[in-house]
Amino acid sequence: MKAFVNASNAVAALVVAALLLLPAYSALTGNVFVLTLVTRIVILALAAASLNLIMGYGGMVSFGHAAYLGIGGYAVGILAQEGFGSGFLQFPAALLASAIYALVIGALSLRTRGVYFIMITLAFAQMAYYVASGLARYGGDDGLTIYKRSDFAGLFNLSNRVQFYYLCLTCLLATIWLIWRIVNSRFGLVVQGLRSNEQRMQAIGFPARRYRLACFVIAGTMCGLAGALLANNTDFVSPAVMYWTRSGDLMVMVILGGMGSLFGPVVGAVVYLVLEELLSEVTEYWALIMGPLLLLIVLFGRGGIMGLLGRLSRG
Amino acid sequence: MAEPLLRVQNLVRRFGGIIATDHVSLEVTRGELHALIGPNGAGKTTLISQLTGHLVPHSGSIYLAGRDITRLPAYRRSALGLARSFQITSLLLDFTAADNVALAAQAHEGHSFYFFGNARKEGGLRRTAHAALGRVGLIERADTLVSKLSHGEQRELELAVALATRPQLLLLDEPMAGLGVTESARMVKLLRELRKEVTIVLVEHDMEAVFALADRISVLVYGRVIASGSPSEIRSNDEVRRAYLGDQHVVVRHG
Amino acid sequence: MLLVVEQILNGLQFGLLLFLLAAGLTLVFGIMDFVNLAHGSLYMMGAYFAATFVAWTGSFVLGAVLALAATLLLGIVLEYTALRHLYGRDHLDHVLATFGLILFFNEAVRLIWGPAGLALPLPSWLAFPVQILPGIHYPAYRLAIIVVALVVALLLYLGVMRTRIGMLIRAGASNREMIGALGINIKLLYTLVFGLGAALAGLAGLMQAPILTVQIGMGENILILAFVIIVIGGIGSIRGAFLAAIFVGLIDTLGRAFLPNLLRQILSSAAAATAAPALSSMLIYLLMAIVLVVRPEGLFPAARR
Repeated sequence: MKAFVNASNAVAALVVAALLLLPAYSALTGNVFVLTLVTRIVILALAAASLNLIMGYGGMVSFGHAAYLGIGGYAVGILAQEGFGSGFLQFPAALLASAIYALVIGALSLRTRGVYFIMITLAFAQMAYYVASGLARYGGDDGLTIYKRSDFAGLFNLSNRVQFYYLCLTCLLATIWLIWRIVNSRFGLVVQGLRSNEQRMQAIGFPARRYRLACFVIAGTMCGLAGALLANNTDFVSPAVMYWTRSGDLMVMVILGGMGSLFGPVVGAVVYLVLEELLSEVTEYWALIMGPLLLLIVLFGRGGIMGLLGRLSRG
Repeated sequence: MAEPLLRVQNLVRRFGGIIATDHVSLEVTRGELHALIGPNGAGKTTLISQLTGHLVPHSGSIYLAGRDITRLPAYRRSALGLARSFQITSLLLDFTAADNVALAAQAHEGHSFYFFGNARKEGGLRRTAHAALGRVGLIERADTLVSKLSHGEQRELELAVALATRPQLLLLDEPMAGLGVTESARMVKLLRELRKEVTIVLVEHDMEAVFALADRISVLVYGRVIASGSPSEIRSNDEVRRAYLGDQHVVVRHG
Repeated sequence: MLLVVEQILNGLQFGLLLFLLAAGLTLVFGIMDFVNLAHGSLYMMGAYFAATFVAWTGSFVLGAVLALAATLLLGIVLEYTALRHLYGRDHLDHVLATFGLILFFNEAVRLIWGPAGLALPLPSWLAFPVQILPGIHYPAYRLAIIVVALVVALLLYLGVMRTRIGMLIRAGASNREMIGALGINIKLLYTLVFGLGAALAGLAGLMQAPILTVQIGMGENILILAFVIIVIGGIGSIRGAFLAAIFVGLIDTLGRAFLPNLLRQILSSAAAATAAPALSSMLIYLLMAIVLVVRPEGLFPAARR
C-alpha cells in the first residue's frame, strides 16, 4: 500500500485547506477581488476536473470541452431571459442540455481515433460557438446579460459572494469525490483499461464504444454544471466562453496539474490562472511568455506538477 | 459425428496483392489440443486474428459450437467462450497482474456499469484472479505492475488473463516465445494440465512442445493448410518435411 | 441566375483557398505525423507580410512574392528550431506545443502591428469585372485566385505523383523507416515539406487578404475548417482534400447565400431570422457529422484496409 502521506497529497491537502479558508482571509483583509478571482478558479477547476476524467483517465483528448461551459451558461441565461429564474429549473436544464450534447457529439466523435478525435471535438465546439453567435434573440456575438442570479428560494443566496463561493467549492469537492468513486469502480477500471490497451480489452470481452461514450457524457454533464456556475459568477454569458482557445486553456490546466491525478486539475487551474493574473499585471503581452512556456512544458515536463511531486517523493 | 467446437470453412484474407489466408479449412473437436505450425510468415497470426475477430476475412466462415461467428466483433466472441493470448504481449501495462486478470473476470461476471463500489475490493473477482494467477504460478507477483514483470512472467500472465474469462476454446499464439528452458518446461506442464479442461488451439514454433502436447496438428504454409492429422502422420508426411520440418529449409509452394 | 453563378464561383474560390490550407496540413501530417495547429498562424502571417510588403514596395506582385518568401522562411525557421524536436511524440504534445505557438503569434502580431488589423487594397490591374458568360460578370481578382489555386493544385499533383521527390513524399507517408534506410536525408526532407506547407498556407493567406481580412486570430477559424475538410476528404489523401474542399466551399457559400431565403419560405420571418445564421454556420459541421456516421474513414481515404 502506497504511503498516504507524500508530497502530492500534502500539496493537495494544502490547496484544499487554503480554498476552504479563503473567505475568512478575504473578510479579514477586506480584499474582495481575491474572492472573485478564486471563485472563478474554483469553477474552472471543476471544468478541468471533468476534462481530466475523459482525458487523463479515459485517454480521450477532447479539444471541445469549453462547449459545455457555454451550454450550461446559456441554459441559465436563456431561461433567465424568458422569465424562468429558478435555479431548480436552470441548473437541471444546464445538466440535461450538456448531457444531450455530449451524447450526440460523443456518439459521432468516438467513431474516430487519436488526432481525428481531437479535431472533431474541436470542430463541434466551434459549431456550438457559431450557433450561439447566431442567436440574435439571446445577444448573439455580444452575449447575454443575466440580471438576476439563479434563485434557489431561500436555500442559498447566490448574490452573496461568500455563499456563492462555498457553493462553487462544494460543487468542486463533490465532483472530485464523485470522480474518485467512478475511477475506482468497475466502470472506471474499464475506461482506464481502454486507455491502456483497447485491443486487449476488446479481446477479454469489453465493447469499447459504449463505455467511452458513457464516460464522455458524464464528463460533459459535470462541465455543464461549471458552465451554469460560471454564468452566475459573471452575470453574463457569451459565445466567447466556448471559443476553442478556452478549450485549450482547460487542456493546459489538466496537463499542467498532471493528467490522471485526482487533484491535478485543481492544482493546474490554480497555477495557470494565478500565473495568467500575475503575468497580465506585469505586461499586457503576457501571452508572449505563456506561449513559449507551454512549448517548454511539453518538451520537458512529463506528468505535470503532481507527477513531478510524485517523482520527488519517491526519489 | 459430434459438431466440432471450431469449424473454419474456406477462409480467405488478402492484404493488397498478397493472399495471407488461402482458403483455409480446419476443424477442432472439443477437448483436443490442436497445434498450428508453419514457417514464419505463413499466416498463423493472421488466421488467429480472424478467429478472434480482430481481422475480418474477405470470404469463408467460422463456426464456434455450430454458431456462425464470422462477422461477430471480438468482444462478442469473448462472451461466447473464445479466449486468446497474443503473440506480442498485449497487457495493461500500468495495472498490476491481479488487476489485469480481475478485469478479464469482470468482463464475464455481470455488467460493468457500476459507478460506485471499489472494483478492486470485489471478493469474487479477486478470488477468480488469484486462482488463475495461482494456476500459472504467478501468485507471488499478483500486486506487481505488469511493466515490472519479466518477459516470461508476462507470457504466463497472458495465459492467466485468457483463463479468467472461463473459455471453452483457448487460442494461444506462441505462448512460449522468448521463454527460457525452465520457463518453457513449466508452460508445457501447465498446458498439459489445462487441456483436460479446455479445448486449445496452439500456435507454436517449439517443435518439442508441439509434438509432446498436440492431439492433432495442422501445417500452414503460404496461407494454406498443406496437411492436418495426428503427430505421427504429420511427422511422416513428405510434403511437411520438405516444407518445414526437413533438412532443406526451402519452402516448396503447393501446386 | 446571375446570383447563383456568382455564388457558385465564390464557393469554388473559397473551396480552393481551403484546399491550399488543407493540403499543407495533410502533407505535414501525412509525412511527419505532426499535428500543426500553428498552420493557421502561418496563414495569418502570409496576410500580414503581404499587407506590409505591398505597402512598402508599392507593387502587389512584388509584395506578394516577398510575403511568400517570408512565410516560407518563417516556416523553415520554426521547424528547425522548435518543431522538429516534437516528431515522434504523442499527438497531444503537438497539439499543446502548437497551441502555445498560436498564442505567441497572435500576441506578437498585436505587439508589432497593433490590434486593429491591416488593409490590403485590391491591385488596380485586377480591380475590374470580367465577363465570363453573356450578361454575367465576375471580379477579375477572384478569378485570378481561382486560376492561381488551380495551377498550384495541378503542380502539387504533378509534383507528388510524377517526380522523384514526390515519390519519396508518398513513400514517406506510408513508411518512414524505409525512407531513412534508403539514405535520404530525412531531416532535410522534413524541413522542406514543412516549408512547402507553410508556403501554401501563406499563399492562401495573402491571396484572400484584399477581399476578406487581415486580422489577429484569422487563422484559427479557417484552420478548423481545414481540419473538417481533411476528415471529410479522407485521411492522408490530397485528392480527397481537393474534392472535399470544393464541396465544403460550395456548400458553405451557397448555404449562407440561399438558406435564409429558403427558410423564409417555410418558416415565419422571425423564426427564419433567428435560425438562418445559426443553421448556415452549422451546415459544414452537419456535413462532417453525416460523413462520420456513414464513412468514418472519409470519402476518399488514401489508405485502404
